[in-house]
Amino acid sequence: MNPLLKLEHVSYSYHDVNGETLALSDISFSLETGDFLAIVGPSGCGKSTLLSLICGLLEPEEGTISFLGMPLKDAGANIGYMLQKDHLFEWRTVYSNVTLGLEIQKKMNPERLSNVDSMLKAYGLSSFKDARPSQLSGGMRQRAALIRTLALEPDLLLLDEPFSALDYQTRLSVCDDISAIIKKEEKTAILVTHDLSEAISMADQVLVLSRRPGHVQRLVPIAFDMESRTPMRSRNAPEFKEYFNLIWKELNTGG
Amino acid sequence: MAEPSLAQQSFLEQRKRKLRAITFARILIFLLFLILWETSARTHLIDAFIFSSPSRVLHMFVSMVSDRSIFLHMGSTLAETLISFLLVFLLSLLTAVLLWLSHSLSKILEPYLVVLNSLPKSALAPLLIVWLGANMKTIIVAGMSVAVFGSILTIYTGFSEVDPEKIKLIYTLGGNKRNVLWKVVLPSSIPIFINTMKVNIGLCLVGVVIGEFIGSRRGLGYLIIYGSQVFQLDMVLMSIVILCIMAMILYQGINLAEKYCLKRF
Repeated sequence: MNPLLKLEHVSYSYHDVNGETLALSDISFSLETGDFLAIVGPSGCGKSTLLSLICGLLEPEEGTISFLGMPLKDAGANIGYMLQKDHLFEWRTVYSNVTLGLEIQKKMNPERLSNVDSMLKAYGLSSFKDARPSQLSGGMRQRAALIRTLALEPDLLLLDEPFSALDYQTRLSVCDDISAIIKKEEKTAILVTHDLSEAISMADQVLVLSRRPGHVQRLVPIAFDMESRTPMRSRNAPEFKEYFNLIWKELNTGG
Repeated sequence: MAEPSLAQQSFLEQRKRKLRAITFARILIFLLFLILWETSARTHLIDAFIFSSPSRVLHMFVSMVSDRSIFLHMGSTLAETLISFLLVFLLSLLTAVLLWLSHSLSKILEPYLVVLNSLPKSALAPLLIVWLGANMKTIIVAGMSVAVFGSILTIYTGFSEVDPEKIKLIYTLGGNKRNVLWKVVLPSSIPIFINTMKVNIGLCLVGVVIGEFIGSRRGLGYLIIYGSQVFQLDMVLMSIVILCIMAMILYQGINLAEKYCLKRF
């Protein structure tokens, strides 16, 4: 069977009047349904560019991206993308913010809306439906942004440093929340982050990108010997430190 | 709720006293000005024929109210200002959307807009009279000409300063350029629309008065020119006072609209 997502020798450069900058060079990896991949790397190594390529906002200059064996463009893949900031619109209520994607794709049907309702309920936002985003805490805003993405029922979820705008304490708890939500909704996800602990605590595999031009330096599978894994518990596991040191070394020897 | 502390009470008391003093000073200046003007006219310190006086202005107003002629002049200035204000808003909104839709078009037209915006529009008024005739149409176009170019530039700048990440969000949710316009660009520009309107209402009034100066038989601008030509300075000053009040009311109208919008959005 074809993997959910497959990248083969993908390269991409940015062009401006001062010349071209090779952002990504020869990236290959694949992802199976249910995987949680984290991508780490030094800043400017093209992590966000990689997500934009995967979700089809940009097209690779070389190489191919396929989705269930078909070229990404023709696959009609349903890919959800969660940006760094929540970008909840202040002129909309929380409810009309989380249904924004459905509104744009004209999918405001009863099944989808009841799915939204149950997510709002499950993740503690149903009493804030008619509130303005400014009335929500940082963690609640991030959960609302995730529900907005999940409302479209994506096959693949892309997370672009979704916790970087939060303070440390909120970050740890939102990390747990989001990870639980992704697990419960059985989503395949790619998380981009510059925080190694976040990557190790949440993902099943960590992809280490080198300095610009980014290429795959190493793929580290992460496995914890525990029953029900949460990011918080992973952080306290004995293996955590080993993984951290391994990836830390990779990052510092790279490119 | 608990009783505020003594320090808080005295802070509030002090604040209230200060605000009251400011209001008092404002009214006092106005009254002193009126009294000074009236008494210097009555004691022949200034020539009331040239400088008029509050009582003469009031007298002129009452006589024009009683023969109903003032309503025609006030009404036409007001109507022309409101019509040109609305047209400016629609035209500049449409143009700004077109410029936003096409980056090339906006780059091509930018220098023309900048030049037209910095041109003193009163220079156009005589041309407009010749081209369009001495009628209401001309006055409305004159009113529009003062505000429209600046308004296009401000609204377009507002559009292009919308957070690119918000626009990216719409694309990640599967939207297109039309969705970006309707879901992000227009709603996030509402404060800019309101600020532009506040500036425009005053500018349209300026344009309309300029138009009436040279191409009309009615309106407050016409009264000012007519009054100065026949040495009826009472009429000139009365028209100016009415224009002041009209400008204030129009501006407050926009403020009310803003409050209503803020409550809704």
